[in-house]
Amino acid sequence: MILFLILAALSIVSSLLVICPRSVVRNAMALAATLFFVAVLFVTLDAPMVGALQVLVYAGAIMILILFVIMLLNPAALEARPVAWGMTGSLAAVALLLELVAIFFYRPSSAEQPSVTVGFGGPEALAQSLFTDFVLPFEIASVLLLVAIIGAVALAKREG
Amino acid sequence: MIIDFAIIAAKAFLVLFMVLNLAGVLGWIERKGSALIQDRIGANRASIFGFAGMGLVNTLIADPIKFLFKEDFIPATGDRLLHTLAPCLALFPALVTFAVIPFGDVLVLGGREINLQVANLNIGVLYIFAMASLGVYGIVIGAWASNNKFSLLGGVRGAAQMISYEIAMGLSVMGVLMVYGTLEPQQMVRAQGELLGGWLPAWGFFRQPVAFLLFFTAAVAETKRIPFDVPEGESEIVAGYHTEYSGGKFLMFFAGEFAEIVTAAGLVTTLFFGGWQVPWLMRDGFHFPWGGAIVLSPLAVTVLQVAAFTLKVVFFCWLQILLRWSLPRFRYDQVMRLGWKMLLPVALVNVVVTAVWIVLRERLSNP
Repeated sequence: MILFLILAALSIVSSLLVICPRSVVRNAMALAATLFFVAVLFVTLDAPMVGALQVLVYAGAIMILILFVIMLLNPAALEARPVAWGMTGSLAAVALLLELVAIFFYRPSSAEQPSVTVGFGGPEALAQSLFTDFVLPFEIASVLLLVAIIGAVALAKREG
Repeated sequence: MIIDFAIIAAKAFLVLFMVLNLAGVLGWIERKGSALIQDRIGANRASIFGFAGMGLVNTLIADPIKFLFKEDFIPATGDRLLHTLAPCLALFPALVTFAVIPFGDVLVLGGREINLQVANLNIGVLYIFAMASLGVYGIVIGAWASNNKFSLLGGVRGAAQMISYEIAMGLSVMGVLMVYGTLEPQQMVRAQGELLGGWLPAWGFFRQPVAFLLFFTAAVAETKRIPFDVPEGESEIVAGYHTEYSGGKFLMFFAGEFAEIVTAAGLVTTLFFGGWQVPWLMRDGFHFPWGGAIVLSPLAVTVLQVAAFTLKVVFFCWLQILLRWSLPRFRYDQVMRLGWKMLLPVALVNVVVTAVWIVLRERLSNP
């Protein structure tokens, strides 16, 4: 419980730092720290596999690529411009907030709460559910990634 | 309860102590070894009260003192906070990775079973890769916070290189994971205690030689040393990402690099060279394939295992230093070509071949 409070406080503070200071690299570092603390939260919730993947994929690869782009483009020199689809984005954020509030007030009865079985959150259990019950969404997600890769290559080719 | 806690603390302290000290000793071995290779004398100026005979000890004391008493320079237009944070970020992943590397079998002491490994995670190998992937931050942040174009170039090169080789590294381990069927380092080392054909130790190197070459190449690239030192490239970009670092902070980058060497050696030992396994040493002593046995007490067996692990790690540290001082540097495009066009496809082929081999063997053994 104490560990959870510390981790929760750390993740909230670091996620606030993502939007506060005006230095883009500091924001990016705060985001990386947030991802790391959330990963540790996953570990304390009996999901070490998800935690490790979170660090490996988000903090270790995606954030580095974002930093890479920031360093190459020097966004401090870019001028501010209105965000396209700003209204839709705000509405989506509000909807997400409402959903989170709803979850916050939802208290499952003790009978509904599934107990943690042996091997829960481990690689075997995760792979079992991923490749049997949820194989279709999994494959659709991989097709989505493929589309994104092809799109990126197509854009880069057109620029050249 | 308190004893359990004390045991865990002692193990964590022991591993950190060993890694940091081995990193320090490696700094001396690097200087003396490079001198040997280049036909020089090497570090011989550090003497205490006119006594220079104990070169290792004197240099070990003199080097950190020299670093710590130098001016800690921060560029005026740099980012003070990130400039200070970067060396910590560089040192941290190299030190925590060793937590899941087992350095011995279970030690039974006073009726208490002590697993000679700091943390036994069921996702061990994934933890290693997660922590290794964080190592890039030190370079990128240090480079950016220095506000120096040479640093920035080094940082961009470092980020590109380390991400590229992480992929090859992860894929090269896939074959090993498939052979052993586990992510836990301790179980992988146990599996390497079996014998192939009754005499050859079932070390990862003998079962997955291609994976070893790929992994070792990628691991050397991750330590950012020659032949993969384009993020530093003294003849091109001064000193790359740590151009603007001096004093204690530079010492941390320096120690981080050597700690990475130790960690890489520990990983290669655990995955491919049997970890703490000694060939033909079982729990009760040696059982030689040509007949005959030597009976040993459990404590002697454990001591032999820890000694074997240490010896293997030191050997691979030495091999990396030898590589660093005998090879020329790759050009940046050559580094990228090696990573993406050679290591990655070969690693993918290795995964497919291993998978087919495993399935075929299962089909043949129980049709």
